[in-house]
Amino acid sequence: MNLTYVDWLIMLLYFVFVLGIGFALKRFMKTSKDYLQAGRSLPAWICGLAFISANLGAQEVIGMGASGAKYGIVTSHFYWIGAIPAMCFVGVFMMPFYYGSRARSVPEFLRLRFDEKTRAWNACSFAVMTVFSSGISMYAMARLIQTLHVFDGLFRSLGLPVDWIFHFAILLSALIVLCYIFLGGLTSAIYNEVLQFFLIVAGFLPLVWVGLKNIGGWNGLKQAVPAAYLHSWQGMGHATTNPLGVDWFGLVAGLGFVLSFGYWCTDFLVIQTAMAANSEESARRVPLIAALPKMFFPALVILPGLIAIATPAVQQHVMTHTATPGTVASASTDPVGRGLIPAKVDPVTGKVMIDTDGHAILDYDLAIPNMLLHYFPTGILGLGLTALLASFMSGMAGNVTAFNTVWTFDIYQSYINKGASDAHYLKMGRWTTVVGILISMMTAYVVMGFNNIMDTLQLVFSIVNAPLFATFLLGMFWKRTTGHAAFIGLATGTCAALLHHGLTISAGASPGVHGGWITVVHTYPSQMALDYWQAIFAFGINFVLAAAISLVTKPRPEKELVGLVYSLTPKPVEHHMAWYAKPSVIAVILIAMGVTLNIIFR
Amino acid sequence: MSLDLRVPMGLMFTIVGFILTLYGAVTHGSAIYERSAGMDINLVWGLVMLAFGVCMLMMGRHADKQPKVPPVEGSDRPLGHGH
Repeated sequence: MNLTYVDWLIMLLYFVFVLGIGFALKRFMKTSKDYLQAGRSLPAWICGLAFISANLGAQEVIGMGASGAKYGIVTSHFYWIGAIPAMCFVGVFMMPFYYGSRARSVPEFLRLRFDEKTRAWNACSFAVMTVFSSGISMYAMARLIQTLHVFDGLFRSLGLPVDWIFHFAILLSALIVLCYIFLGGLTSAIYNEVLQFFLIVAGFLPLVWVGLKNIGGWNGLKQAVPAAYLHSWQGMGHATTNPLGVDWFGLVAGLGFVLSFGYWCTDFLVIQTAMAANSEESARRVPLIAALPKMFFPALVILPGLIAIATPAVQQHVMTHTATPGTVASASTDPVGRGLIPAKVDPVTGKVMIDTDGHAILDYDLAIPNMLLHYFPTGILGLGLTALLASFMSGMAGNVTAFNTVWTFDIYQSYINKGASDAHYLKMGRWTTVVGILISMMTAYVVMGFNNIMDTLQLVFSIVNAPLFATFLLGMFWKRTTGHAAFIGLATGTCAALLHHGLTISAGASPGVHGGWITVVHTYPSQMALDYWQAIFAFGINFVLAAAISLVTKPRPEKELVGLVYSLTPKPVEHHMAWYAKPSVIAVILIAMGVTLNIIFR
Repeated sequence: MSLDLRVPMGLMFTIVGFILTLYGAVTHGSAIYERSAGMDINLVWGLVMLAFGVCMLMMGRHADKQPKVPPVEGSDRPLGHGH
């Protein structure tokens, strides 16, 4: 990679501003509420953009670009089916309870609605999950920096061994994220997430523009990729006739309902940004504001993947994964690649990896990085790389602040040290940042064994998040649901997901981290199908069991549930809003737009 | 919070936009633009970012001078048993 001083200057400027925002916010951090909840004082648009940015980590940018290159426009289901409906639902129906109940976190809402044990379960599983996600982000970022040889020139000129780049990247990202969160808490994380959002748009929009222009616009793209790549619903009737290996029911129920609602409606990583809004009205608008750019994000992250396939292969400035950074593998001129996608190279032997059918395995994760290197001249290349780094950091930062809040309020204050002064909890929140980042760094080294970021995240989400939405759905919309029922349902649902994972496997995978570690009783056509059906099972078992147990246990008196259950809570005041500003109207418009996009790209 | 995000963000985009524009103007017509479909993408995108940054800055500065509007009666409900 040939970076010049302009590229470095832009990257450096970004780091200066990120840290500067942290320093500027430090003086406003007086109470634990300021630090861990952003003082509940931010405008809706800031929280809205942070809401999607928190999710815009490694999984999004690299994973979706990879999926776009591998499967085509069908990847947009992760947005139009897997995000928009859930975001509308959380804004219209659930936010009044999260915000209005004055709970400080999602686990705390569970304590208000149900009981202590349900909260403890959720707080602990969530805390583990966030540091895990943060570690994955960190690992992916270090790996990418290593693969793209970003720091190679710098290291050589300083006489340092290039093998240290991986560790240096981990340490650098950890230090920057640590610094700005330690200083400015959630506000700092949210502000930087918004900054990162605009940077990602500013870095990727010209990439799509230049890429499309180069291959002859949309018509050129149509001619260059297989026809199936441009349709999202073709062959969805059966799992064997579409590239995802999932039928429409698995897709809509698994991704569109269970996983998507479980993530967008209950994951404190995103909900924390909405709960930082300055009023209940703003909090309800946060996911709706987020849904609009989210709907068009496929153009920024999936389209580059398609363009990468369509670009005639001129491989000289393109990288491949190599074990020893510094030696650009000879495979970069290998004819087995596809467009800008190189073949995967075994890190040990340096040979191209071959699947069971004798075809080379392609390294789709390099779709977007290679696009940047191929199309961007020096100058804007610095901006593109900065956008990529920003996306990794936003993912990490959101996880770290969520971990902070859940640890401080839901674990430390609830079970370890009750009744301490607010100054003590503020201090605890601050120092938890350091601990959270340290654990993430450890996780980053642990996950080096996993090679598919997307599958790993989906696995964690489907085990922890899938049963959770059933608990919230019953808790918020059925006043009869009891604490014992919620807890038993949740615990059994999670165990069911784990058991399902141990008993089933996807075609072609070997037993282990991808399933089947107990014994194989069923084989799914793809890993995605396994994840979705696992989520459907976990949700179903939790829902049925919690409903059944609720009927035989004693419910809480109705007056205790005001503000926590839909039927017992006064509807939010909307009379002062114009008709077009009402959350429900906005949600309907958003859904209609989503349906239209699905029809256009069917 | 009394730090308006639009000010630092606008400032950053203005500076980055300015750098890109300047660099694009200096290297205009250079061979490095062969890869970006023959377009001086640094100059074009630099100007776009500059315009965006200046808009953000102006909006941020303008908002600082506006008095705060009190929330509408009853739109923020203190419900539940929270803190």
